[in-house]
Amino acid sequence: MRRVSVQEADFDAGAELAALAADGAGGVASFIGVVRAESGGQKLVAMRLEHYPGMTETMLARLAEAAMARWALSGCTIIHRVGRLTPGANIVLVAAASRHRAEALAAAAYLIDRLKTEAPFWKAEEFCAGGEAWVAARPEDEAAGKSWA
Amino acid sequence: MRILYFAWLREKIGVGQEEFAPPAGTLTPRDLALVLSARGPGYAAAFADMRLIRCALDREFAGLDESLGAAAEVAFFPPVTGG
Repeated sequence: MRRVSVQEADFDAGAELAALAADGAGGVASFIGVVRAESGGQKLVAMRLEHYPGMTETMLARLAEAAMARWALSGCTIIHRVGRLTPGANIVLVAAASRHRAEALAAAAYLIDRLKTEAPFWKAEEFCAGGEAWVAARPEDEAAGKSWA
Repeated sequence: MRILYFAWLREKIGVGQEEFAPPAGTLTPRDLALVLSARGPGYAAAFADMRLIRCALDREFAGLDESLGAAAEVAFFPPVTGG
């Protein structure tokens, strides 16, 4: 199975992983990104996520396809939330199922690394002390994305 | 063409999308950004540092110096920060 979703609603990570496991591959690897409690020493009230509707879905579908082509996967899932999310809330889930753990783990790392540089999402942080700031891209994310080329 | 702005570009410019007919001689996204910069202080602020600007042509990432070609939709945005 291949599942890609951009949504405001929360996701049930357990149910998503169970759906991948149901394919019978034998192993599922995943990464879940969660809204952090602070950023640069400042406590966060919330994080706002926006995206480029129409382009995002295409880019995520391509990533899923590329992972399926690169590793022997029985399935993979990418779910990314948008909107206003509070600390502790789920942001993103990537998961890959395979007969071999090395393939599942590598595919999950690939999906999150490439998602960070190839999917048109932007984050703004709202601070407890007031004010907000757009998150700047990190050079190490750029390097991690490129490392899979 | 339709032009889209995301994140702080949208906030500085004040709209998320608009229709705009660029003048003849607007060959690349960088040319287009320069033309747009002259439309007002919000635009000028948004495009003040082109090193922070990325773009897409018809929903595909593109370089600022690529040809606009027949693109119907051009998007300007900061480097992406999902995940």
